[in-house]
Amino acid sequence: MPDDAMDSAPVTPTPVRHHETVVTGPMEHDITDGGPDMVQFVDGDGNRLPTSDANAEYAQIVEEMTPEDGRSMYRDLVLVRRIDAEGHALQRQGELGLWPSLLGQEAAQVGAGRAMRPQDYAFPGYREHGVAWCKGVPPENLLGLFRGVNHGGWDSNANNFHLYTIVIGNQMLHATGYAMGIQRDGDVGTGDDDRDAAVMAFTGDGGTAQGDFNEALVFAGVANAPMVFFVQNNQWAISEPNYKQFRIPPYQRARGFGFPGVRVDGNDVLAVYAVTKAAMDAARAGQGPTLIEAFTYRMGAHTTSDDPTKYRIAAEVDIWREKDPITRMRGFLASKAYADDAFFDGVDKEADELAARIRKACQEMPDPPKPAMFDDIYVDPHPVVEREKAEFIAYQESFAGSEGGH
Amino acid sequence: MTAQKLSLAKGLNAGMRKAMEDDPKVVLMGEDVGKLGGVFRITEGLQKDFGEDRVIDTPLAESGIVGTAIGLALRGYRPVVEIQFDGFIYPAFDQIISQVSKMHARSLGHLRLPMVIRVPFGGGIGAVEHHSESNEAYFAHTAGLRTVTCADPADAYWMIQQAIASDDPVMFYEPKRRYHERAEVELDESAGAPLPLHSARVARAGSDVTVLAYGPTVKTCLDAAGAAQGEGKSLEVIDLRSLSPLDTDTIFASVKKTGRCVVVHEASTFLGMGAELAAQVQRECFYSLEAPVLRVGGYNIPYPPSRYEEDFLPDLDRILDSVDQALSF
Repeated sequence: MPDDAMDSAPVTPTPVRHHETVVTGPMEHDITDGGPDMVQFVDGDGNRLPTSDANAEYAQIVEEMTPEDGRSMYRDLVLVRRIDAEGHALQRQGELGLWPSLLGQEAAQVGAGRAMRPQDYAFPGYREHGVAWCKGVPPENLLGLFRGVNHGGWDSNANNFHLYTIVIGNQMLHATGYAMGIQRDGDVGTGDDDRDAAVMAFTGDGGTAQGDFNEALVFAGVANAPMVFFVQNNQWAISEPNYKQFRIPPYQRARGFGFPGVRVDGNDVLAVYAVTKAAMDAARAGQGPTLIEAFTYRMGAHTTSDDPTKYRIAAEVDIWREKDPITRMRGFLASKAYADDAFFDGVDKEADELAARIRKACQEMPDPPKPAMFDDIYVDPHPVVEREKAEFIAYQESFAGSEGGH
Repeated sequence: MTAQKLSLAKGLNAGMRKAMEDDPKVVLMGEDVGKLGGVFRITEGLQKDFGEDRVIDTPLAESGIVGTAIGLALRGYRPVVEIQFDGFIYPAFDQIISQVSKMHARSLGHLRLPMVIRVPFGGGIGAVEHHSESNEAYFAHTAGLRTVTCADPADAYWMIQQAIASDDPVMFYEPKRRYHERAEVELDESAGAPLPLHSARVARAGSDVTVLAYGPTVKTCLDAAGAAQGEGKSLEVIDLRSLSPLDTDTIFASVKKTGRCVVVHEASTFLGMGAELAAQVQRECFYSLEAPVLRVGGYNIPYPPSRYEEDFLPDLDRILDSVDQALSF
């Protein structure tokens, strides 16, 4: 560079503007309105919405659904809310150390979960109790982690539902790698509905900031992996609202990674189901990944350890209460005469029974035998673990019969 | 005749080739491992022979590489991940510590992650920063991982196969400045079973001082032992091979025999492998010790610019100085 280059450089660089229009600026977030791109089929009052630019692509899936499909999804919504309420109550009663509530996100999780086939694999965060339910995971399995008797411990392969992942975003990469495995097994695009498989990776709005989330989008895009990134945008990452997490909404980010992104009304179970089914069908057929942003709201606290009154106003919660996914679905079913009071009462009764079952299982869950903490650290024998286990047992036994036993 | 003269690099390559031939679930992944064969050419020719689905050129993101390898392992594959240089592993540290090491335990034994993470490590090649580090202690410290390192072509060939066959995740450290050292390698198991993955090896028998080394310092210590012999000092050099778990039987037997122990590694000494070895040796060999366990290692500074590295890395003179110290007690 010649010396005079410095002299000719402008003192203040001319600002370079984006060539693309940034749809949403940092100060323009309305956290109660998903905007015109959001796919929606049922409004807050349970009315079926007409076909629009946003939902037209998915209308056929909804039209092909039967009243029984609708009733069964409603049942899932109610049961999932009850599982969650029971988890919350068990924490308050001291039976669990912690519970992350999904209150308000039932439709997002049931809609997504119901779009999965048995051979599809789910990689959850730690709030996906509704997806677990739809994958057939017994709700009791979820309790051990929060009771402190294990770190999850269920057999992921029994229901193709991976362990909860606490480190935000880690699981997005596991999901992507698993999807790459499906590709290598040739289980994509064969046209066999029982064979073709896809993966769904779950995280929240907060998770979209993680490097692992973004790396997963890169890897999945490059591999054209059979998977769906399902982002539940519940507006809050503990105390931090969307505008502190990203400048454009997550669904718009997908384009930069080379695959479609869709925003769906996360409180409209029919819309979530339709959008997710379309994306999973595409993934299984070999058409690559989709990012779905379910626009929803965390009605409760982040976890039982959190106090949302410190950082958000009640009026916001009230607005979202009007969008409640269960009230909405119930209104829809009733207005169409797809379900009657006897059905709704029956579901409530079933929820009571499920809650009692969970409560009993939790209360009866034994503490594990102490030496078991040394088990399953390694597959093959390991001299350090074996020696320490033996020493621990001997130490524990040294207290046998003594008053000062631990 | 199945013995061949191979470099350590070619030993690794041949070992991975054998593992891939034996098990179609073995996949290699990393930056530039495919067409280029890796920046050190360790995977040279493997993509050509096994295809792009089994030798995967990944995007340039270490957490992504390890994270997706976990997913492949969960699906039933046996991924062998190459981290391009020691100093680039830290973006993957979270996945390795939070997920790789714990998955089997978190699942109460339901899930296994039979994966290998290969790390070229150590200095002495005149590289720019972040290319010469010895970070093995972080991983040896972490329960759920197995951490090993090879020091010669035969171990490179056999240990990489054993690591790939392991149902536990293995951190596989490769002494990059020894990649081109050559030796006869017996490629056929019928000629004698290879040493188990987690066994140490007496690289040179001796009677006066036990010298514990691994990876790149094994050769340096053997050279030191040769020089010491000229001065009438007999060093027993032990190649640890496995850093976690340690083959303590072999280590303790040697120190009980010699009564003196010097640990040599490139990593900084503070809380390095030498600290653990010293603690265990003094605990188990207390009544046999004639001198405190001494450590020769990198100084406790960030790895210096390469013009300093001759003085930073343990060399023959520093090792012999410590041997003399041990003998002076």
